[in-house]
Amino acid sequence: MTNPNGRFGIHGGQYIPETLMNAVIELEKAYNFYKNDPQFNAELETLFNEYANRPSRLYFAEKMTRDLGGAKIYLKREDLNHTGAHKINNVLGQALLAKKMGKTRLIAETGAGQHGVATATAAALMGMECVVFMGEEDTKRQALNVYRMRLLGAEVIPVTSGTATLKDAVSEAMREWTNRIDDTHYCLGSVMGPHPFPTIVRDFQAVISREIKAQMLEKEGRLPDAVMACVGGGSNAIGTFYHFIPDESVRLIGCEAAGRGIDTFETAATINTGKLGIFHGMKSYFCQDEYGQIAPVYSISAGLDYPGIGPEHAYLHDIGRAEYVAVTDDEAVNAFEYLSRTEGIIPAIESAHAVAHAMKIAPQMEKDKIIVITISGRGDKDCAAIARYRGEDIHE
Amino acid sequence: MSKIQDAFKNGKAFIPFITCGDPDLETTGKIVRAMADAGADLIELGIPFSDPTAEGPVIQGANIRALAGGVTTDKIFDFVKELRKDVAVPLVFMIYANVVFSYGIERFAAACAESGIDGLILPDVPFEEKEEFAPAFRQRGIDFISLIAPTSEQRIAEIAKDAEGFLYLVSSLGVTGERAEIRTDLETIVSSIRANTEIPVAIGFGISTPEQAAGMAKLADGVIVGSAIVRRIASQGRSAAGTVAEFTAEMKRAIR
Repeated sequence: MTNPNGRFGIHGGQYIPETLMNAVIELEKAYNFYKNDPQFNAELETLFNEYANRPSRLYFAEKMTRDLGGAKIYLKREDLNHTGAHKINNVLGQALLAKKMGKTRLIAETGAGQHGVATATAAALMGMECVVFMGEEDTKRQALNVYRMRLLGAEVIPVTSGTATLKDAVSEAMREWTNRIDDTHYCLGSVMGPHPFPTIVRDFQAVISREIKAQMLEKEGRLPDAVMACVGGGSNAIGTFYHFIPDESVRLIGCEAAGRGIDTFETAATINTGKLGIFHGMKSYFCQDEYGQIAPVYSISAGLDYPGIGPEHAYLHDIGRAEYVAVTDDEAVNAFEYLSRTEGIIPAIESAHAVAHAMKIAPQMEKDKIIVITISGRGDKDCAAIARYRGEDIHE
Repeated sequence: MSKIQDAFKNGKAFIPFITCGDPDLETTGKIVRAMADAGADLIELGIPFSDPTAEGPVIQGANIRALAGGVTTDKIFDFVKELRKDVAVPLVFMIYANVVFSYGIERFAAACAESGIDGLILPDVPFEEKEEFAPAFRQRGIDFISLIAPTSEQRIAEIAKDAEGFLYLVSSLGVTGERAEIRTDLETIVSSIRANTEIPVAIGFGISTPEQAAGMAKLADGVIVGSAIVRRIASQGRSAAGTVAEFTAEMKRAIR
């Protein structure tokens, strides 16, 4: 889907300081070599299977299906991966690539902390140094993950600039990368940033749809009618969509965080409320004001609390191949509780956005239709925050 | 030959940077006039951006103060028009890509021409993305100023060959901000630039003292100073013009 300049339609590109240009050019060269290297791929597959617990299960949610009374619902259990989220797929790929490039230090941004934990994990495994930038606001929302990263040997730097959330963590990680490039790889956590990151991250996450397709053919003997996932930057969503893009019969549905609603300023729904812009190295859609100042977005979910969306999603939206819907905090919290009670699965609040939308559309679909929801991560990290949302004061 | 080249005719050029609207446009106007009178050869005007990813804490602070004070792109164009009534020194905008893009590249270039801007620097638009922006400005005689970094290496030739106005040589890795010492082998970089273009070279990032400025001026045609000035504005606020003028005069003397 990418053309040689790293464009997805008009989106993508490399809008970064000159200081970083040779770093992304080197990264692209290395990636183009290793992606076709059988040894690299064999090593990565071993890491996926032996270390990260892949392939992840495709689970038939029978009780939920019966309760909603419409389409058959399957859950792609990325929450069962090592470290508890899909983030590990990308991180193992990038860490292995960085190691092959001779880098000894990984830096990363994190929102909910899942990508930071995954990066700290890979760094520990591969004997690399690790520094994670995390918005100060998020270090409070996700204190447990801060501890996990430290336990894994990473340094966590709270970011106080701007809104002290995910976008500021990305900005700070970019600043640090311009400061130290030789030994350092910026392990970007989503399908965003300058080319080649959106392509690299997508390729490592594409394992999700590759597995869904094979598992679905085995269980049902056919393709699903819709696959859905939550979208912040959009890495688990593009992973869920990728191998279904050529299959026109499969609806691709991305669920954005509407926060308190897309008609309020407290939202992070980029496709639904943003406009075309250039930020964090890419051209895509961003929540911004009339003068191009990036909006201080809001969502209950620290992982979806980002004012932009990956360029390939922007393109899939432009050509009408994928649909992007907005899900509010309230709906996501309801879905968080619903899936916990109905299936005994506590989803990450991010993933709960996708569950919430499935709860809306499944009852309206025929019983012979099939939906796959990617449960991108587990919800343990969110329990304290959701309890507080419900007025229960518990501390981790 | 653009007006920017004039800035390099009066010995080595001193190029100060300030953020428009920090803390308000009236103060920016006083400081620009004071710097021009004190010997600034070209002035870089920053248009504030919510998320300036190439800036260190000092200039980030200026961006926050300016936006909090309510400055907008339109107000800055009006401000420059007003400034041009009595300020002749070449002016360039230093601005993040999204501010130009969201305004509309053509519309932004037209407003630059109308208000009397001579060039622009987009720190997040490298050579590869330049042609999306540069033509609209080029056709109005406004220079699109390119940056060269310590990591540019084999890229120097193509960037230099295509350069307009002056070349902005980034002295060090990292973001803007004052540094105790600058270790990059700038001499080698400047000579590879000189091998490819006759356009003047100005060095920026990390320069804050007259001694540093004098050292840099030996290597290049001009010296760019931002954080050291913005820090003075941060501490003196609306009454910063005098201090900034003294500093400008001191720096200009040091590099002569």
